Amino acid sequence: MDGARGRRQPDGQPLATVRSISLLVENSPGVLAKIAGLIRRRGYNIHSLSVGVTDDRRVSRMLVVLEGDEQAEQVVKNLNKILEVRRVHDLTGCDTVERELALIKVSVTPGTRQEVLHVAQIFRARVVDVGEHTVVVEVSGKPDKIDALQALLRRHGIREMVRTGRVALARGSQTT
Amino acid sequence: MTITTSRTARRTADGGVARPRATRARADRPGGRLTGARQEVTRSGAELLVEALRQAGARVIFGIPGGASLPIYDALYDAKELQHVLVRHEQVAAHAAVGYARASGRVGVCMATSGPGATNLVTGLTDAHMDSVPVVAVTGQVPTAVIGRDAFQEADVIGITMPVTKHAYQVWDAADIPRVIAEAFYVAAAGRPGPVLVDVPRDVAQSRVVPRPVEDVAARYRPHREGNAAQIAAAAEALQAAQRPIIYAGGGVISAGASEELTRLVERTGIPITVTLMGKGAIDEHHPRCLGMLGMHGTAYANYAINEADLILAVGVRFDDRVTGRLQDFAPHARFIHIDIDPAEIGKNKPAHIPIVGDAKLVLAALVERITSPPQIEPWLRQIEEWRQRYPLRYRQGDEVIKPQFVCETLARLTGERAIVVTDVGQHQMWAAQFYRCREPRTFISSGGLGAMGFGFPAAMGAQMACPQRTVVALVGDGGFQMTLQDLITAVEWRLPVKVVIINNGSLGMVRQWQQLFYRRRYSHVMLQNPDFARLAQVFGAAGRTVRRPDEVEEAVEWALRVQDLPVVLDVLVDPEENCLPMIPSGQSVKEMILE
Repeated sequence: MDGARGRRQPDGQPLATVRSISLLVENSPGVLAKIAGLIRRRGYNIHSLSVGVTDDRRVSRMLVVLEGDEQAEQVVKNLNKILEVRRVHDLTGCDTVERELALIKVSVTPGTRQEVLHVAQIFRARVVDVGEHTVVVEVSGKPDKIDALQALLRRHGIREMVRTGRVALARGSQTT
Repeated sequence: MTITTSRTARRTADGGVARPRATRARADRPGGRLTGARQEVTRSGAELLVEALRQAGARVIFGIPGGASLPIYDALYDAKELQHVLVRHEQVAAHAAVGYARASGRVGVCMATSGPGATNLVTGLTDAHMDSVPVVAVTGQVPTAVIGRDAFQEADVIGITMPVTKHAYQVWDAADIPRVIAEAFYVAAAGRPGPVLVDVPRDVAQSRVVPRPVEDVAARYRPHREGNAAQIAAAAEALQAAQRPIIYAGGGVISAGASEELTRLVERTGIPITVTLMGKGAIDEHHPRCLGMLGMHGTAYANYAINEADLILAVGVRFDDRVTGRLQDFAPHARFIHIDIDPAEIGKNKPAHIPIVGDAKLVLAALVERITSPPQIEPWLRQIEEWRQRYPLRYRQGDEVIKPQFVCETLARLTGERAIVVTDVGQHQMWAAQFYRCREPRTFISSGGLGAMGFGFPAAMGAQMACPQRTVVALVGDGGFQMTLQDLITAVEWRLPVKVVIINNGSLGMVRQWQQLFYRRRYSHVMLQNPDFARLAQVFGAAGRTVRRPDEVEEAVEWALRVQDLPVVLDVLVDPEENCLPMIPSGQSVKEMILE
């Protein structure tokens, strides 16, 4: 996922629209490569990706977040043609529950530790590891909430971090 | 014989869960007894493969054996009902399978060993992918125990072919083979056809198993075939109200077997029709409403008509850039009805005002039913007729130098346009498209989307294997023919009376034409020093003749058509400077069309 290349806006900026595509796929080798390849071939960058098995262990749920444009609908149609793909839904603009989880390892000193813990508490983030020079906080929520926490912790020094990528489900009785 | 591996939880690449190998091993231990269980007959993966190919309707396989496919070939040794054509290069196997499929409408089959064998198939598979041709490729693979370890002749053929196949299977359990093959044939042919690859590791082919029964092969893939009735009604309405309508038909009509329905629609509505390169033969091109091919080298009148149209019924086409030129200038006044079995084609290049996803045969039949009063389009037809009179396809045949168009016309005349013409890629391909007006579907076979030089002659062999009774002409250039001509010997061996007609202009003509027109005649590496093709043919055991003068052409073609039991090579030396016109330069519009 080379951000330096691929489809861009005319001014060279990354594509503006972000599209969340939910897929139910067969849980088998090569499916991820196929989906990634299909997106890559059309020059789109994958913004985030999450995969996990569903209650039926033969089936996995994927959520692909793309930097898209109006042509990205073609991607959805072509994803539908992959035999192992059972269902595809473009969740963009749908009423969904969206969550993401992040682990953030922050540098602390005796003087800053309290402030970091306090910020974590405000965000209802859990502290899952406390070391002499670092703490690791676990936060989940909407992606923008994680962005916000990340921004606040940045001045303390984020040593390393990981985000799971977005997961999403449609609200109510609608299934995707 | 049994190979057991510790990786018992492996799955087949397409998602089937492989059974633990230990269970199977018990059943095929020599003299093994299954206490309390019914003794089941075990068969090798290779035997199951060959049996499944036969059951799926395969009759001819084009291929070359190798180390990893030894077990498969051992099983083929006994399969007398399957004809295996031993070609001399796997690229030929894939192109021949395409030619076979396109001439017959059946699934073409090719076979190669692992590694280099499989990679040599890639060009042919890509061609099949671009032109939506149903082909099943079976490749050998190194044993499962060494997959991923850079074994001798190992190539990740699944990875390599992923973007150019409709689906690819790697079989990890021989018991899956009957299902995989049945499903592969179904997937290749159903919906929008395409190539499917089945990769069979050597140990899987060798292992003995009790096959699993084949269940519903369509379980995972059910293309939508019926068009939406309301959309069809809307399309009928639009067609009846149009003032300058035109039908733009492509290869999808031929795949769907919808020529009859298409012709009925043209006759019921009186609407003029133009075809793509892939759509040649979708309607009799002698039909008074047919304007021939459109696009870069299409007829001027077809391109003018498309440009002025107010309604375009696009069926089985994909708005390829060789048809549309600059997209925003293509048919600027038109609304589009777009019929295609592949939903991903709708709106890909041009937005469709009335999209109809479905099988062309069903949709066109339903559409014809809906037409109650044909549109009033006399002024439009008069306008088109005027263009047709003013801008016909033309060339001047003198007494000295043979014009390539004259060769195509002579072929057309002497075969009554009832032959199967298979072309290679380049100028001759476009001249053939212009001057050989097909009467029926599946009689014009060409590498349309991929434009793969070297395609023509092998595909003609495939077509001849599919249709032994028909005259098959391979119309090729001197450049492209040299990419696959080694297989003349295969055609001799099988006594295939393919007529190879070389439009020999001593250069890579289409590239030369572009260099002339757009690169100030800087002829960079396009001039060919050629062998004496007629003598070369004779060395292979084929018949060969060189044609140098215009007055020899007719007699030579007649002679070639008479040869019944051997391939014939007619080396026709044509005007080296002739250009293929009209031409809409790449990325431009009908306004920039070069007429002469």
